[in-house]
Amino acid sequence: MTAQKNRLGQGGRIDRTKPLRFTFDGKIYYGYQGDTLASALLANGVTLVGRSFKYHRPRGILSAGAEEPNALIQLGLGDRTEPNLRATQIELYDGLVAESQNRWPSLTTDFGAANSVIQKFIPSGFYYKTFMWPAKAWMFYEKFIRQAAGLGKGPTEQDPDRYDKLYASCDLLIIGAGPSGLATALAAGRTGARVILVDEQQELGGSLLSERTAEIDGKAAADWVAAAVAELTAMPDVTLLSRTVAWAYYDHNSVSLMERVTDHLGPVAGANQPRQRLWRVRAKEVILATGAIERPLVYSDNDRPGCMLASAARTYANRYGSMRGQRAVIMTNNDGAYRTALDLTDAGVTVFAVVDLRSNPQGELVKAARAKGIEIIAGHAITGVKGKLAVTGVDVMPLTADGKGVTSASRHIHCDLVLSSGGWQPTVHLHSQTRAKVVWSDDIQAFVPGDKLPGQNNRSIGGAHGVFRLADCLAEGHAAGSEGAAKLGFGGQSGQAPTVSDEPAEEALLPVWIVPSDKPVGQGGKHFVDYQNDVTAADVMLAHREGYRSVEHLKRYTTMGMATDQGKTSNVNALAIMAGLRNVEIPSVGTTTFRPPYTPVTLGTFSGIDKGDFLDPIRKTAMHQWHEQHGAVFECVGQWHRPYYYPKPGESMHDAVNREVKAARTGVTIVDATTLGKIDIQGPDAAWFLNMVYTNAWTKLEPGRCRYGLMLGEDGMVFDDGVTSRISENHFHMTTTTGGAPRVMSWLEEWHQCEWPDKKVYFTSVTEQWSVMALNGPLSRKLLEELTTDIPLDDDSFPFMSFKDGHLAGVPVRIFRISFTGELAFEVNCKPSHALHIWRALMQAGEKYDITPYGTEAMHVLRAEKGFIIVGQETDGTITPYDLGMGWIMAKSKTDFLGRRSLTREDTKRPDRKHLVGLLTDNPNEVLLEGGQIVAHVKDKPPMDMIGHVTSSYYSPNCNRSIALALVKNGRNRMGETVYLPYEGKVIPARITEPKFFDLEGKRING
Amino acid sequence: MKQRYSIFSLVRNALNYHADWQEAWRSPDPKPAYDVIIIGGGGHGLATAYYLAKEHGITNVAILEKGWIGGGNTGRNTTIVRSNYLWDESAHLYEHALKLWEGLSQDLNYNVMFSQRGIMNLAHTVHDMQALRRRVYAIQLNGIDSEILTPAQIKELVPMLDCSPNARYPIMGASFQRRGGTARHDAVAWGYARGADERGVDIIQNCEVTGFKIVNGTVQGVETTRGFIGAKKVGVVVAGHSGVIAGMAGFRLPLESHPLQALVSEPIKPILDTVVMSPQVHVYVSQSDKGELVLGAGIDAFNSYAQAGSPPIVENQLNALCDLFPAFSRLRMMRQWGGIVDTCPDASPIIGKTPVQNLFINCGWGTGGFKATPGSGNVFAHTIARGEPHPLAVPFALERFTTGYLIDEHGAAGVAH
Repeated sequence: MTAQKNRLGQGGRIDRTKPLRFTFDGKIYYGYQGDTLASALLANGVTLVGRSFKYHRPRGILSAGAEEPNALIQLGLGDRTEPNLRATQIELYDGLVAESQNRWPSLTTDFGAANSVIQKFIPSGFYYKTFMWPAKAWMFYEKFIRQAAGLGKGPTEQDPDRYDKLYASCDLLIIGAGPSGLATALAAGRTGARVILVDEQQELGGSLLSERTAEIDGKAAADWVAAAVAELTAMPDVTLLSRTVAWAYYDHNSVSLMERVTDHLGPVAGANQPRQRLWRVRAKEVILATGAIERPLVYSDNDRPGCMLASAARTYANRYGSMRGQRAVIMTNNDGAYRTALDLTDAGVTVFAVVDLRSNPQGELVKAARAKGIEIIAGHAITGVKGKLAVTGVDVMPLTADGKGVTSASRHIHCDLVLSSGGWQPTVHLHSQTRAKVVWSDDIQAFVPGDKLPGQNNRSIGGAHGVFRLADCLAEGHAAGSEGAAKLGFGGQSGQAPTVSDEPAEEALLPVWIVPSDKPVGQGGKHFVDYQNDVTAADVMLAHREGYRSVEHLKRYTTMGMATDQGKTSNVNALAIMAGLRNVEIPSVGTTTFRPPYTPVTLGTFSGIDKGDFLDPIRKTAMHQWHEQHGAVFECVGQWHRPYYYPKPGESMHDAVNREVKAARTGVTIVDATTLGKIDIQGPDAAWFLNMVYTNAWTKLEPGRCRYGLMLGEDGMVFDDGVTSRISENHFHMTTTTGGAPRVMSWLEEWHQCEWPDKKVYFTSVTEQWSVMALNGPLSRKLLEELTTDIPLDDDSFPFMSFKDGHLAGVPVRIFRISFTGELAFEVNCKPSHALHIWRALMQAGEKYDITPYGTEAMHVLRAEKGFIIVGQETDGTITPYDLGMGWIMAKSKTDFLGRRSLTREDTKRPDRKHLVGLLTDNPNEVLLEGGQIVAHVKDKPPMDMIGHVTSSYYSPNCNRSIALALVKNGRNRMGETVYLPYEGKVIPARITEPKFFDLEGKRING
Repeated sequence: MKQRYSIFSLVRNALNYHADWQEAWRSPDPKPAYDVIIIGGGGHGLATAYYLAKEHGITNVAILEKGWIGGGNTGRNTTIVRSNYLWDESAHLYEHALKLWEGLSQDLNYNVMFSQRGIMNLAHTVHDMQALRRRVYAIQLNGIDSEILTPAQIKELVPMLDCSPNARYPIMGASFQRRGGTARHDAVAWGYARGADERGVDIIQNCEVTGFKIVNGTVQGVETTRGFIGAKKVGVVVAGHSGVIAGMAGFRLPLESHPLQALVSEPIKPILDTVVMSPQVHVYVSQSDKGELVLGAGIDAFNSYAQAGSPPIVENQLNALCDLFPAFSRLRMMRQWGGIVDTCPDASPIIGKTPVQNLFINCGWGTGGFKATPGSGNVFAHTIARGEPHPLAVPFALERFTTGYLIDEHGAAGVAH
């Protein structure tokens, strides 16, 4: 039942005592603990695993790692399903459910493959040339294009998993735990440096885990890895993070990691842990030991299922004990692929031949292979791959003397595995993300890291640096670790560098960017460059022909390198082909910029727990609980939740607001005004500073008195307002609008720090240090009197626009006599810890006066009845104080304040700008919609010239009718005119009035 | 004569293995002098040259591009096209552009994939709803399509949105412009380039302007990395680097340059049909024809010319996304990048004359330049050709910062500037 037909009899790092059951496209298979989905599928002889993006070509597994372009899998079910995961990176667990993608109805019979039939007509960029007729039909065509595109399916239900996010710092962050990274970690760790070592795989060891014969310090590679990991684990200041990819390298050595915490356990096992975790690491030095990625050769029909990278086959055989019974042909332009030939042979896999593009390879590995009896066909090329759903054989032909063509004598070799190696490209992604350059190395025919940038303290070593010999990697790693630690002041011993017994010398590779075939490129089989996006060598040629020759144009026109693998196996091949066409050196074609992430990162990890109510902090006042208990409906105002109104049982919003508004003018009401921004301003230049930021004069304000002020932006437009009080000579208490508090605070700091740093003045946000409740209404004084003994409340002792310190209900308070309703009013400020006590005392003592709590809506109505503006409602950043009819607040005596100069500009001083006016509808019960646009003349249909809009509009129970404030062009000179509001299919007439509707004489302020 | 693109030419060329396709544009060496030089080979510059040739008969034109055409913000934006602007001046300008978009593929004979899948702006608070009504009514009275959607209508159009009243910022409504949508950004640059080239315009890539020759206050030509090139008129359309170029000509612009980041998810099957923007929760998202979710948010707070941004901005925008679309948190980010946007104090562009005679400028499009591309090029071409601003461009003159005639569109950007 658990037979795995291609599993080798022995070897590999899988645990054969732990069989795991999984399904692929509904069929049951078994693998072992330690397998990836890819290795398990190969062990079961499954070669067809996916379909390509455009042509729906049948595809198999190409690689054994992060670079995989073909084997993309839909993993899991329902709300936990995930699209586009690479089978080469999915760790097998019991019960794993995998589906192939982008095929219908099945992987073997895919109707989408019709695209393959018409592929001749749909080369790169074909969609720019067609679908333009008839003119409006694009949306029709697009629907089908969208359905065809898109690979896997996203989940449609709420994600049931949790994510986490954390911040860390260290001395050395080592990325990659292959031989170089491990050697670095050992050397640095031994000195006592704080080290974080990360690797994207489940096990540390990197390429050493795929080694069959290499020995380090006299031990088998795997044993050396085990010893190294054991030593590192015992070090208290070394953190080992496997299953963790370093995906971004930002400024100043800030590196982002994504740790897969429970993915390998399956969907339910990790319920007590986050599924994945985002790390933001700030390191003193970053060691980039990210290795290198093998390049496939670009040969005809190189995408058939069974075509694989040479190194991947070696990994599958050595590390996973897979590939039994396979019959391989290897094509190479370098010596490295002979390691695969040797190891496969040792593992019992048949290697029919190595087709070497070089005419006379004589390296030590080549000789070893020959000695093992492996046929070496030098100076030849694979010119075609047979088989559609799986490889059945290859055609091999001799290369012409210049290597650019083949001669006719063809030989067919039956096989089911075609391995290729075109050399290795260092994984320079993170280096490049720092915005440092990469440079071309003729020696290895690949890009290597150039100089690092200042401020980015890092070092690329080993494979990532273009150094491939094991001994060199270990030496570089050891040096990086000991030198890095020493530079940071760690003087401890870093021990001996690991040593390797003699490694075979390798000959140079022969760059062959397109392996020739018997037909011209593009006319026979397909030479794939970017597998996932189906970009072929012929497409690169087309792009060149049509002028898309810069690397970025090539990329964007052909979509080369833009698939989920971001071109890890295709970029260099495409560049080199373009360079050949342009007849220039490869580096002069340029490189595309490597952007984060290295491999795709789960969006959920960015938010971690910052979702739902934690998306943005909810700010609540000290009295919030009382509001909740008394049935308040809340409104979001910035981050605050404020009572909107307090409906009694059976009351509508309209009823409740009317009751609250009436009470404020007849009895006593209370409102929680804590959310107002509050800034404590101190210093000998405090008054000077206020003179600069407010339009009116502050020098003569006496301690104990309050003043209303208006702040303007540099453009002369109203920016914020509020009452500021002088506590003592050099001490002011400023209030701002609720929403504007942070903006004003930054504004003050910006002017102080950037323009007037010599002024002695200091700002402290005290919004949360003071709770505020305002009593409004003719009975408010009477109520307060009952609860204080040390604050005289009569008009003479405590006039309007002043404040007093004292006690209320037995606790210290500061009471301001200011009013946002036009009524007799007192604003009680206290410590938040006393606020609920005072509020309750007022409610209790006020019961006999029928004290009424009110919310923001009643507050808005009450101030609108009086014509008081709200910044952000009556203003929108385009309104001057004069527009608001507030010329009285513009100090004539001051020579300067912020915004003053702008007010002298031609357009800003026009007399016919928009003015704040009142609007009264003909029908007193018609409440205009806020935001309604105003026209002077109604037309049958738009366009109509607009002259303004409604800024505030309410039903006023005190006026027994609707009232509205509006900004209207030249409004102050249109008093009495009728204007019209055409919206929502109707036209409402209204008359322009003064923007004040109640207590026009302002008599009520003293009760 | 350029080859026409069509299904027939595609089939015909297929028979010859596509060996006969012409270059979309030539790569000529610069001539000693031109009637007009456009500095900047982005969408706006290419469109300007195209309309100069097509509508004004001025074909002795060169576009100088320091890198490769379409490589700046044209190739880095989130491809959204809309005209739902509050103020009359902006509404008319962007609507002019939108109307050109509606026939652009046919006009250029290059499929720019303009897809009118609708743009939705969400409102989450009472105050949002007031502002939304004000905007929608204004747009409607300007004769442009716009409507208000209820949460139920929103849910029907975008089933993936969390429309529950318990959300941190519950969705109270949305404005919707059905004619808005997305376009294929690279194709816009290439289509205009091909059209301009066909009409004789020289597109000169890898040619960086290093200075101006100005005599008696009149521009005579430009110094470049490929030598001096004379010009009767010069138009500057360089977005993020406008301040740098203006500095070379000896005047200053009221601009700040900021990084603006964007990112895409891996491609998935269709899951989101319209463009959804939330200024309050601060994210905007659409799904491309390839299947990627394309995401944007606010600008980075600091000024910079580096085409990369800082991580917190991306974190905030993805928090917002995952909160609005609770199923999206399992999707994965595939690529992230940044561009440089030039923003004016009033969040509106500058189009028109400069203190230097015959030197014209088109800049300050901030986060919203892509949608304006055809309109911007069209009115700028007129402005250069006639020496006087196009009527739609008049309000956007540089002088407005001295007269105070500002067009404050901070609320109109999908994001806060």
